[in-house]
Amino acid sequence: MSQLLSPGTPAPDFSLRVTPDQKLSLQDLRGKPVILAFYPADWSPVCGDQMALYNEILPEFQKHGAELLGISVDGVWCHTAFAKDRNLHFPLLADFEPKGEVARAYGAYFDQGGITERALFVIDKDGIIRWSFLSPLAVNPGADGILEALEALNK
Amino acid sequence: MATLKIPVSGQDHIQGNAMAACTLVEYGDYECPNCGAAYPLVKDIQKHFGKRLRFVFRNFPMSRMHPSAQAAAEAAEFAATKGKFWEMHDLLYGNQDRLGVELFTELAKTLKLDPAALQKALDAKTFSERVGTDFSGGVRSGVNGTPTFYVNSERYDGSMDYDSMVAAIETALAS
Repeated sequence: MSQLLSPGTPAPDFSLRVTPDQKLSLQDLRGKPVILAFYPADWSPVCGDQMALYNEILPEFQKHGAELLGISVDGVWCHTAFAKDRNLHFPLLADFEPKGEVARAYGAYFDQGGITERALFVIDKDGIIRWSFLSPLAVNPGADGILEALEALNK
Repeated sequence: MATLKIPVSGQDHIQGNAMAACTLVEYGDYECPNCGAAYPLVKDIQKHFGKRLRFVFRNFPMSRMHPSAQAAAEAAEFAATKGKFWEMHDLLYGNQDRLGVELFTELAKTLKLDPAALQKALDAKTFSERVGTDFSGGVRSGVNGTPTFYVNSERYDGSMDYDSMVAAIETALAS
């Protein structure tokens, strides 16, 4: 298993494509909590799909003013088709070229598989990692840990 | 390990022996095909354990993916106020491919419930808060898709087949 960056570490900045002609950088979101959800691949089975689940839970994240970003090594056109098919209401970032570079910076790259791990980070409004969690690849971690971490930010 | 954060209470829809040593909780969505597949499985598991198991169903409609799931959950909650939750639950899963207003009206008639009152409750979103409370509790408990099962408050991460689930419940009963 990978060794994730731990709480207290400044979150490495990145700038990745979210649409074919648009990039998003972590720096742009300074001032808000950010949930960074690395996941192995688009198009995993529907009902247990982590991104589809987070899409349903989005209002609960938004209560904390948090921005959710999904991130995998899939390309931007793949993300676009996936987001459209699943009616996703949050950005998917393409960690596509150089492949997995951002995932590696967070310790969330699964070398043998050539994919990102299933890893979650909650980053505070000042860009510091406050919580991280590595889930077994086959297990969708749900959102209970994210919500607890968001609540702890306000304490 | 994710655990059930909202204890089973009188607010829940509970089937089977109230004093059973093991409780199986399902967070489910009436429109989800995996929940449809789990429906007969749960019946078989209940039959197998008899009095040793009680079953609780909580709503977890994935509304953005399943457009009729929320209304179906509210229809079941409407039926619950007339003491017919499980009857409606069975009929909704039995007719999963036809979910929608037309079916809800038909099922209300079948159960001798007032279809106009059901329609009014759906329009007024009378039961949306109840369904939302189930949903939020599920999120807190680490629901990670539908269906998500808990065996005595521990999330069941095993495979969704009869033998594996029976084994998990046997283990819970033995401990």
